[in-house]
Amino acid sequence: MSDIKKIKDEYLNKLDTDLNIEGVNQIKTELFGKNGQISNSFKTLGSLQTDERKKFASELNSIKDELQEKINFKLHEIEIKEINSKLENEKVDVTLPEREINQGRIHPVSQVIDEISSIFSEIGFSVEEGPDIENEHYNFTALNTPDNHPARDMHDTFYLDNNKELLLRTHTSPVQVRTMLNGKPPFKIIAPGRTYRSDSDQTHSPMFHQVEGLHIDKNINMGHLKGCLNYFIKSFFEVDKIKMRFRPSHFPFTEPSAEVDIGYELKDGKIMIGEGDKWLEILGCGMVHPNVLKNVKVNPEKYQGYAFGIGIDRLGMLKYGINDLRAFFETDYRWLNHFGFDPLDVPSNYRGLSR
Amino acid sequence: MKFTVGWLKDHLDTKKNDNELIEKLTDVGLEVESFDNLSSDLESFKVAKIVNAEKHPNADRLRVCDVDIGEKNTVKVVCGAPNAKKNLLTIYAGPGSIIPKNNMKLTVSKIRGVTSYGMLCSESELNLSQESEGITELKSSHYSDKIGKNFFKNNSEKVVDLSITPNRPDCLGVRGVARDLAAAGAGKLKKISLKDIKKNGSQKIKVSITKDKNQGCTVFGSCLIEGVSNQESPQWLKEKIVSLGQKPISAIVDITNYVMLDLNRPLHAYDADKIDNEIIVRNSKKGETFKALDNKEYKLDDDMCVISDNSGVLGLGGIIGGTRSGTEINTKNILLESAYFLPRSIRKTSKLLNIDTDAKFRFERGIDPQSIEIGLTKAAQLISEICGGKISKFDIQKTSKHEKNKIKFNIFLFEKITGFKVKDKEVIEILTDLGFEISRKKFELDLKIPTWRPDITQPIDIVEEIVRIKGYSNIETLEPEKTRIKDTLNKQQKLFHFLQRSVASKGYFETVTWSFTDSKINTLFKENLKEIKIVNPISSDLDVLRNSIFSNLSFYLKKNLDRGFKDISLFEIGPIFKDRKPGQQLTVIGALKSGKISRLNWKEKERLVDVFDMKKDVIQTIVEAGYNKQSFFIRDKSPSYYHPGKAGSVYLDKDDIEPVAYFGEIHPNIIKKLDIKTEGLVGFEIYLDHLKDNKVKLKDQKSNFEYSDYQKSERDFAFVVDKNYKAQDLIEIISSVDKNLIRSIKIFDVYEGENIPSDKKSIALNVTIQSSQKTLEESDLEKINKLIISTVESKSGAKIRS
Repeated sequence: MSDIKKIKDEYLNKLDTDLNIEGVNQIKTELFGKNGQISNSFKTLGSLQTDERKKFASELNSIKDELQEKINFKLHEIEIKEINSKLENEKVDVTLPEREINQGRIHPVSQVIDEISSIFSEIGFSVEEGPDIENEHYNFTALNTPDNHPARDMHDTFYLDNNKELLLRTHTSPVQVRTMLNGKPPFKIIAPGRTYRSDSDQTHSPMFHQVEGLHIDKNINMGHLKGCLNYFIKSFFEVDKIKMRFRPSHFPFTEPSAEVDIGYELKDGKIMIGEGDKWLEILGCGMVHPNVLKNVKVNPEKYQGYAFGIGIDRLGMLKYGINDLRAFFETDYRWLNHFGFDPLDVPSNYRGLSR
Repeated sequence: MKFTVGWLKDHLDTKKNDNELIEKLTDVGLEVESFDNLSSDLESFKVAKIVNAEKHPNADRLRVCDVDIGEKNTVKVVCGAPNAKKNLLTIYAGPGSIIPKNNMKLTVSKIRGVTSYGMLCSESELNLSQESEGITELKSSHYSDKIGKNFFKNNSEKVVDLSITPNRPDCLGVRGVARDLAAAGAGKLKKISLKDIKKNGSQKIKVSITKDKNQGCTVFGSCLIEGVSNQESPQWLKEKIVSLGQKPISAIVDITNYVMLDLNRPLHAYDADKIDNEIIVRNSKKGETFKALDNKEYKLDDDMCVISDNSGVLGLGGIIGGTRSGTEINTKNILLESAYFLPRSIRKTSKLLNIDTDAKFRFERGIDPQSIEIGLTKAAQLISEICGGKISKFDIQKTSKHEKNKIKFNIFLFEKITGFKVKDKEVIEILTDLGFEISRKKFELDLKIPTWRPDITQPIDIVEEIVRIKGYSNIETLEPEKTRIKDTLNKQQKLFHFLQRSVASKGYFETVTWSFTDSKINTLFKENLKEIKIVNPISSDLDVLRNSIFSNLSFYLKKNLDRGFKDISLFEIGPIFKDRKPGQQLTVIGALKSGKISRLNWKEKERLVDVFDMKKDVIQTIVEAGYNKQSFFIRDKSPSYYHPGKAGSVYLDKDDIEPVAYFGEIHPNIIKKLDIKTEGLVGFEIYLDHLKDNKVKLKDQKSNFEYSDYQKSERDFAFVVDKNYKAQDLIEIISSVDKNLIRSIKIFDVYEGENIPSDKKSIALNVTIQSSQKTLEESDLEKINKLIISTVESKSGAKIRS
């Protein structure tokens, strides 16, 4: 009896010393191996009287449990210790640069087109497109600009044939014509896209972008036009208040026609939209001319509405502080990186135009 | 269109100040380009006195003058004029002044070693006269007490510059502008005050308008003024002409210009003695020539409206006069023309001959055909006042009456279009002020349109008149109504926006380049598409529409390489053109990538970009757009600008005829031809029009969720196949062995070289096998193993590598 207690104390002491895995396993064998001290003690049980046997067995079992638990604890302790010391050696310099991800860019023009589409989507407009090559009829004649009209001189046109029949569209307005010819009123569309004029200097580029707007229904009047543009400009520049001025002007395809100015001020050389007493012309618009409606087989007695055309590149320049229009199309990697947008920044109604 | 406020007040009785007038002009639709004091230019010219003049030490003909300009100290000016003498009163321009004659800006400069602060001016340098001999001499009686004062006394007058839209020819004259302002409540339009002129005798030169087809002239009015003495214009007239930045020429020319600017009534003055017998207004014949007042010789075509005499063409009616009959300073007898030419005829002729003049600009837009007489009267009166002479009766030849057009205007149309109401009384006032004659029938107005408004032809034009005069600020701002008729974007548009961002998200910079390009570069990429020339390109290296995105993209890639960038990823999404008709275009994404992957990376090994980088990006992009990769099919065919052995095309389905994309390395010959200096260049193109509508939609219910938890097994195989045998085919054969059990196939090695015949390669694959019904036994796996080997061997001629 005292023997096994002695064994227990002896081994508990041993297990408290600094041991490695092998040492613990050695102890395990000494106690529980085939000829281990505990194993051997169990073998003696058979030679004992029933009462004594019961008592001894119970003591032996509890000693066995105690030792085993101690052994397991010791093993676990050693394992942890070994892992920790291994990790100690695995330390890396986490300030080294991460693996590369190449960040792409969306061109400002594309971003602005998406912003515009998103804004007009909110008030029920859908997006239409038309071809870049147009014929003279869709680009001019159907838009109430006959051949002998001086207004044609306002558009420096690129021609693709000597008869001046085929040309690169000078504005997005031919999309109005195509849309109305292909459908029945009401119409409520915007048409963003490339436009071309043979004009090239600091502020003019032979290719640029416009967005056309058209809303035709039974009772759409100039008040709706004002409301629509007021909403658009406010949303686009993400300001609560906007100063806006409609000035009478002239376009062959609208009557009455207007040009729209917005108020701004200069702050540290940057244009701030919405405040100030300076005016900036940003778009042309008007009520679609009855002649145009007749040309596209819409009855002007029954239907009326407005159209507008906005320079997309210019809007982008104003909103994002870009000075040079020509740079838009020069593919300077540095410029694209600086003014481009993260492709995940998708303008949307519910999330907002920008972060 | 330029005028001074003072000139405007010749026609407008107003109490408004300048700023109010400017604002009003804007409000009625006459866009103010600028409103500047000419003084910024003219203020720098001062009355000055030469207090001392000495010979220049280093130049015989130059003098060094000390000039009193009314300040504490005199200034030194070097002057070459022989009349620069002590005590002379003259005009001084300081450094910074701009000389009107040549627009030169003066600076402080050293002339032969002596510093000169400014200049003493001749009359010609100030556009005051042709006098260029010597500096201006001012009368001491008038100017001696004005030393240091500004010479130009009207320099407080500001010049308004309007940008007149093509529909408003009437506002190309000051009176038209005044009429609009008066209608808008800015004052009262003054009556034109014309003194009675004495008309003596008939106009002796016979005038006729021929009845040619498409005759461009319908009215030709004229009068003869005999015995004039042409001379310099008086000061008031010179100042009017100068204030608009024009040059005074002679009284007769200045008067015709003045009447044109004042009333928008172009006139022409002929030297009557140079007219051969009679005036015939007729159509030209091809080959006729004449020398115009711009000193150019013009060769005419058939049917241009010319004013001729018995010797030939005198001038192009309404466009430009000729030198043969031009007035000069010694002209004695003049024939004054006031005519009406049809806009269409003017436009056609001037376009063909490429002439632009003030008269053409006006006639092209439409002159008031009833202003013939008032123009003659006003000009004749001024000429006789200034130059003397005897005025003949007016001769008016007419082939058309030019009566006033009429329209009926329903008063309710105004509110229907503008959304707000204006009182009937006010409507009538506005229209009356604008020159309409009105008779009212209940809600309808019978309107006679003033002849100076050719732009007004229908009721909507009347709406515009009322609303612009009333003011656009009266239009309400209505809340936008949100009804939707159609989805915002259609399928193709959604695809466009999605792919754009999908490609960008793979590290490419989006760019936008011209739709036109250099034909020399385009040829390299155009394949069998038609070259589309631009008749009038902006420059010779942007002379065709692009047949491929790559022409511009490669050009700009090169530019960026030249800027020192090496690893560049660029793409553009936009149109390419197949042919020259509307609609013969495709929407394409073109992407280029140059240089290396992981250049100078501490962690990864750097390598050149290659065809599989492109394949990864192009396949992943199409997959992200919602197409099923399992059915994609790759062919090794590609356009000629790709490397013939390292490029391919992607088909959505094996049976498709059109590929949706190309990818690969760019052909080394192209890189060489374009002199692109890079270690590697790869690219891809996606044709959006070939990406047909996807059958499986995101909104569709998904298929049942089925999965297997039974144990899966992996087996490796290595097959030796012909070198040009395609991995795609091998995978297809294996997957077809048992579509249910074979879950995935991965190629983990391709090997050529030792132990493999030189015309063969070894492809090693890992195949995952799993049943959805049970755990497969060793015997099942063995069976399918064998089946894979035997099928591959029999179908492909491959041998399993032992």
